[in-house]
Amino acid sequence: MNSLAAKSLVSINDFSTDEIERILDTASRFEQSPPGKILDSKVIAALFFEPSTRTRLSFESAVNRLGGRILGFAEAGTSSVSKGESLKDTILTVSNYSDLIVMRHSIEGSARYASEVSPVPVINAGDGSNQHPTQTLLDLYSIKKTQGTLDGLNIFMVGDLKYGRTVHSLLMALSNYNTTFNFISPAELRIPDEYKLFLEKKGIKYYEHDDFTEIISRADIVYMTRVQRERFSDPLEYEKVKNIYVLRKEMLGNTKENVRILHPLPRVNEIDRDVDDSPKAYYFEQALNGVYVRQAIISSILDVL
Amino acid sequence: MEKAKQLSVSAIKNGTVIDHIPADSLFTVITILGLEHISNQITFGTNLESKKFGKKAIIKVSAVYFTEEEINKIALVAPAARLNIIRNYEVVEKHELTLPDEIEGIARCFNPTCITNHEPVKTRFSIISQKPLRLKCHYCEKITDEEHLTII
Ligand SMILES: [Zn+2]
Repeated sequence: MNSLAAKSLVSINDFSTDEIERILDTASRFEQSPPGKILDSKVIAALFFEPSTRTRLSFESAVNRLGGRILGFAEAGTSSVSKGESLKDTILTVSNYSDLIVMRHSIEGSARYASEVSPVPVINAGDGSNQHPTQTLLDLYSIKKTQGTLDGLNIFMVGDLKYGRTVHSLLMALSNYNTTFNFISPAELRIPDEYKLFLEKKGIKYYEHDDFTEIISRADIVYMTRVQRERFSDPLEYEKVKNIYVLRKEMLGNTKENVRILHPLPRVNEIDRDVDDSPKAYYFEQALNGVYVRQAIISSILDVL
Repeated sequence: MEKAKQLSVSAIKNGTVIDHIPADSLFTVITILGLEHISNQITFGTNLESKKFGKKAIIKVSAVYFTEEEINKIALVAPAARLNIIRNYEVVEKHELTLPDEIEGIARCFNPTCITNHEPVKTRFSIISQKPLRLKCHYCEKITDEEHLTII
């Protein structure tokens, strides 16, 4: 019995640890030997009410390589939504034309609501600042693939830890694996208290820092995120901290052999270009892993494995 | 003592008395229980002196008995309220309220970019803590606390 069959994926918490591991195993199998046209005759709707070229292309590549068809829109401006159609009506209409809906929307909770009104399963490809579970799964896959395990790792999260949804979801998922967290951020963008409380309740160790030059040698994974000027109430504060949360090649000097640098992309300047050549830079491979992981999610939900 | 207070609002023969409602939550309680839509005899008293609250309110509804689920909804705004079931002018049962694990359609999500504030979606929260009151939105997963709580 495939417990993922016909299930929606809205939040990473919708999947049990066991289900997450099955997705990661399936993705790994797909990477090693492509499964062929297992989505032949399947139609997937990709509704991007909010544009995100990177995520949309990753889903399209995942579906196309498995022989499935994909239809939909890349931004709300070209759809009936711009004429004022409700989300419910759009979802009910599109579900007539497809076996599964992938959606991205700027309104938080839109994907949960869609999954409740839709007769076909819904995959959340990002709902505002809330959840982006396929990103979390590809992050987990990248960590497991490079470290051989998810257990007992020292994870550094750097940058905007307050608003970064990818950071929050990854933290929740990794809390099942005896992780040690090091949070490195400017004071204004610290990890919110609710996540610290959550970790304390689970007995997970975490440390907060405002710089990481001295401690990076301990990391197994360095998860970089963008520090955006718009997040600061005081622009001077941004000017003061903007160069602290940048990863430079010389900082990798005495890091562990197994350390890998991850980033959800797009990057702006938080990772220096000369880091790209280092074997420890992993962010482009991480993006490729997204295709295998999305293939694994879609074929598990459509039960074609 | 208790008797004298009860008499400040006329007694009912059969029905439900909800006592110890904070005075400023009276109309919210009326709305939550949907009392404006029923035709039974209802008497209210408000701004009554209470040692515990300062000002309290009381509601007496004739010939109506609420289900536990209905009545627990008011625990959100009147956690100390007490329920007396009256039969033949006598209190035959007393209940204290317990906040349910989940509430539906009572509170508004404080997050302006939550789907429940954009489409006609019934709100749904799980109650993660009662004191201080913290509600987690089923849709946007954000926390609404007491300070930001609005009753629909
Ligand atoms: Zn909400």
